[in-house]
Amino acid sequence: VKKSRRCVGDKNTKSVFCLPPQTFDKILIANRGEIACRVIKTCQKMGIKSVAVHSDVDASAVHVKMADEAVCVGPAPTSKSYLNMDAIMDAIRSTGAQAVHPGYGFLSENKEFAKRLAAEGVTFIGPDTHAIMAMGDKIESKLIAKAAKVNTIPGFDGVVETADDAVKIAQQIGYPVMIKASAGGGGKGMRIAWNDEETREGFRFSSQEAASSFGDDRLLIEKYIDNPRHIEIQVLADKHGNALWLNERECSIQRRNQKVVEEAPSTFLDSVTRRAMGEQAVQLAKAVQYSSAGTVEFLVDSKKNFYFLEMNTRLQVEHPITECITGLDLVEQMIRVAKGYKLLHKQEDIPINGWAIESRVYAEDPYKSFGLPSIGRLSQYQEPLNLSNVRVDSGIQEGSDISIYYDPMISKLVTYGATRAEALSKMEDALDNYVIRGVTHNIPLLREIITHPRFISGDISTNFLPEVYPDGFKGHQLEVGNRRELLASAAALYITAQLRSQKVLGNLRVSSTPVECTHWELCAELGEGLYSMEVEVDGGKVEVSGQWNLASTLLPLTINGTDRMLQFKVRVLSKLAAELNSYMPEKVAEDTSSILRSPMPGSVVAVSVKPGDTVAEGQEICVIEAMKMQNSLTAAKQAKVKKVHCKPGETVGEGDLLVELE
Amino acid sequence: MMAAFSVARSSCGLINGLRVSFRSLAPVKHGAVAAAALQTSLLPDCRRYSVGHLSVKERIDMKRKAALVGGGQKRIDAQHKRGKLTARERVELLLDPESFVESDMFVEHRCSDFGMEQDRNKFPGDSVVTGRGRINGRLVYVFSQDFTVFGGSLSGAHAQKICKIMDQAMTVGAPVIGLNDSGGARIQEGVESLAGYADIFLRNVLASGVVPQISLIMGPCAGGAVYSPALTDFTFMVKDTSYLFITGPDVVKSVTNEDVTQEELGGAKTHTTVSGVAHHAFENDVDALLNMREFFNFLPLSNQDPSPIRACHDPSDRLVTSLDTIVPFETTKAYDMLDIIHAIVDERDFFEIMPSYAKNIVVGFARMNGRTVGIVGNQPKVASGCLDINSSVKGARFVRFCDAFNIPIITFVDVPGFLPGTAQEYGGIIRHGAKLLYAFAEATVPKITIITRKAYGGAYDVMSSKHLRGDVNYAWPSAEVAVMGAKGAVQIIFRGKENQAEAEAEYVEKFANPFPAAVRGFVDDIIEPATTRKKICRDLEVLASKKQVNPWKKHANIPL
Repeated sequence: VKKSRRCVGDKNTKSVFCLPPQTFDKILIANRGEIACRVIKTCQKMGIKSVAVHSDVDASAVHVKMADEAVCVGPAPTSKSYLNMDAIMDAIRSTGAQAVHPGYGFLSENKEFAKRLAAEGVTFIGPDTHAIMAMGDKIESKLIAKAAKVNTIPGFDGVVETADDAVKIAQQIGYPVMIKASAGGGGKGMRIAWNDEETREGFRFSSQEAASSFGDDRLLIEKYIDNPRHIEIQVLADKHGNALWLNERECSIQRRNQKVVEEAPSTFLDSVTRRAMGEQAVQLAKAVQYSSAGTVEFLVDSKKNFYFLEMNTRLQVEHPITECITGLDLVEQMIRVAKGYKLLHKQEDIPINGWAIESRVYAEDPYKSFGLPSIGRLSQYQEPLNLSNVRVDSGIQEGSDISIYYDPMISKLVTYGATRAEALSKMEDALDNYVIRGVTHNIPLLREIITHPRFISGDISTNFLPEVYPDGFKGHQLEVGNRRELLASAAALYITAQLRSQKVLGNLRVSSTPVECTHWELCAELGEGLYSMEVEVDGGKVEVSGQWNLASTLLPLTINGTDRMLQFKVRVLSKLAAELNSYMPEKVAEDTSSILRSPMPGSVVAVSVKPGDTVAEGQEICVIEAMKMQNSLTAAKQAKVKKVHCKPGETVGEGDLLVELE
Repeated sequence: MMAAFSVARSSCGLINGLRVSFRSLAPVKHGAVAAAALQTSLLPDCRRYSVGHLSVKERIDMKRKAALVGGGQKRIDAQHKRGKLTARERVELLLDPESFVESDMFVEHRCSDFGMEQDRNKFPGDSVVTGRGRINGRLVYVFSQDFTVFGGSLSGAHAQKICKIMDQAMTVGAPVIGLNDSGGARIQEGVESLAGYADIFLRNVLASGVVPQISLIMGPCAGGAVYSPALTDFTFMVKDTSYLFITGPDVVKSVTNEDVTQEELGGAKTHTTVSGVAHHAFENDVDALLNMREFFNFLPLSNQDPSPIRACHDPSDRLVTSLDTIVPFETTKAYDMLDIIHAIVDERDFFEIMPSYAKNIVVGFARMNGRTVGIVGNQPKVASGCLDINSSVKGARFVRFCDAFNIPIITFVDVPGFLPGTAQEYGGIIRHGAKLLYAFAEATVPKITIITRKAYGGAYDVMSSKHLRGDVNYAWPSAEVAVMGAKGAVQIIFRGKENQAEAEAEYVEKFANPFPAAVRGFVDDIIEPATTRKKICRDLEVLASKKQVNPWKKHANIPL
């Protein structure tokens, strides 16, 4: 159970862990997946019994197995299970849990939930209701921040009622503007608009998404700061008016406003800016009598001006990197604070020890808009825990299903080093050693980001991905040397398999004079290209050796003396087969302009056309919702609608035919 | 395992390294290929006979050269243009390099009608290439019909060549692979051609159960010719270029007035999804032939040989923890039996037979600790994994192949019963279902059964149960062996009783678990799913020496 996490900051945290203070006997974790597992681990460390809640499809999930007790709170859809307050309150009563840790998302920033807990005398491990209310509402939070002398972004401090209002306000502020859900967070219900038309569309999508994600469709609009960095300050406060800032996290690498790679500290901040941001964050926390762990998010422009974005009154997804560099266990601190203990540390006790990087490993296809959700069963799964200074926070295991119901995050992969370079190089190794099969995942993109010269130099912004990959992520482009190594490895694998096929045990009817082969002429298919090679056993150029076999999921190879960890799929053919292959006809690909297929699994929210309609190029045909994101699918050409194969409310799989055009 | 590459020739099985050199890194566009003409060097002083001006040696060389190009370069080009390889290219790709030993290269057809006796209508070897060779060192007999010679049509000589290698294959005990690409009977030869077909059919039948016979349809195969593949153990097809039908679209139109294309009538898709005539379809010739090599690796050479054991790198005691959570809690929820199969077998390598037909049952070959096994599993994902006419027939034929060729059978059971309904009853589910029952019951190879969830009613008996001489029968903790599901049972047992829900709960408590079967010894053990691979591998080692003989009979009478 404990193997899936290795705390990389152990030496700093020991003194704190020796004497866990008496807090609660039993905590219920109102969440699922990796964060539920993460909280349960700290509970175990502190000798607290844990209660998991789960939906029926999660009955055999990891967090359920880890917890001391588990209660089913409803069917798969989150609105009926993890957001089902009645069922969760029942679970609290039936298990006698004294406190609830909400994790992130779901009910973590739900004031109603916090109120109901308080009414029953159950401790909410998080800030008080008034702080959630104050900071949960983006409009109110901005006003409070202004009052607390925190820098804020120019914008409209009120709720936008209609699309026309939105356009009016946007024109007043000046484009570009950001439309976002008042209750929102995590990039959901958030759209950027550069003109009136986009504002209208953004208004519609954001309010729908906000309604389905948060049950609150109020929106607000503010000036969109172009090319900013997203840097956030972790704060920790107790119920006695003490508050600390635990340094920053750089979260600029994002796609569709969702974070992908985070690091702590930031390469961009100097100690003066860091202190200024930290102090403003603490001012804000104190202004709302904040207690528990929280995060104040800032946008930082190229001149190191910073603007308050929002405050997250919960544990953040990316908290592990702060734990790595400060040595604090944030969940433990939250539990202590919730019990009413004073903070153990003073501001000067908070160190920045080394560097930590976090990669969010998602079940998604990085080749489609930097990541469209993918679902499936993890047929093979192996975390790179054989490496030192690697922490993996995950809530899944081999055989788990990634379903359409929940967030497609597989894990948070955290690496730590004395320097940034060390942490980065460890991250590269860790990504190479990570085995995920059965679902499409974003490791290729993650690896590409953390090895990109711009990222390495620290020259990043929230526009990093679209700037670096203007035409979308196309996968790693192999250099000649690397390609040779890969081809040589593929050849080695092929030949090993061929030779193995000749080893039939105990069968005397195998030819006594096997074809002696020390020289192979092969051809490998790599991407679009075909590469021919000659392989000589014992004599030649690229040397490949290593300890592996044909059942290995990972190939640890020594190629020309360099150690590499490889996972690849390369089709290797004998020279003859490759030659004959040139006669094989190319299969005619489907004409994709006249059909619309679902790019991802999800459910159909709306179908905007019916047979016989004429659609213009780019016109919306239908909307698919997957993992709480609404995606508008448009016509690739002007045509008449021939047939509609889907209807609203239907669940569709990736590649399912939705609409045919003539 | 220490270092990497075990090479057959090195004494210790290890070499230190392997070097790859890239002579040209430019992508290969079109390789120069391959109806490679032999380099003939004519000796100036060879002996000449009085007839003609050519020596025997020269004539031999000429004939060989002619045989190698079949119907000539023009027809070879046409064959390539259709996306098909020539008969010889196919053989070359199928077999180990330089292992092909050709026979009857000098055979010519003997027809003298319709001008066929003219020299230009004679092709050395006629319209088929035959011989023997090796696939990964293991002996195989091959015939490959040559479409470039009279459209691959079957002459008396053509049939005779095929019969010859089939007879040899029977004598020495080696499989026969037929690469079919033939327009049909050689009409000019009339009844001689028909006789040729019959000769082949007879041999197909006699060889059945003696040596594995595989047909790979790589072009047209129509009329009577289809019965040779139909009699063999496996029929594979190539997508878009192969057809199998009794009569073509024109005849169909004239007889039944149906409009149908060749592809719809007898293409790979039709036969692998609708009719169940073919066992697998491949993308193209190259794909098909390379897959055939992989497939061949699974098979024993004859019924006298044991199931082959290949060197295995996958630990036989590997625990498969992902299986502990694969069966959903709700008995009505589906899961994919292929996930279980892939996770348990060596290196996730499973060669599925008929993957697109009667998908409610999964059959195919895999290895356990290197040893070939046949896998049969109900597929809960499709029609709840019930047994119907098509799945029973599909399962039965596969089980009988395994039994004939000493391949142990591993059965994964999650079956809610036989599919009810008029369509099934009128279609004869009784006699078709009996086939699967019959096949499992008569099989004397090692039989290991794992009940993963439901084993209801008669279908429980059928699926390699203990009662049908199952050697090792396991149940997972999620297993339910019962006459039927709770709901139906309660309606019968407690007919008219008020509190059906309570009665249902009682039934579930009593029967919806592995205990009723386990206390009676109908399952040998209730095992943790994660240990399934380990247990099967151990059991197979023990069962390797299994000897079981059915009572003497001329032949059994399976309900056909």
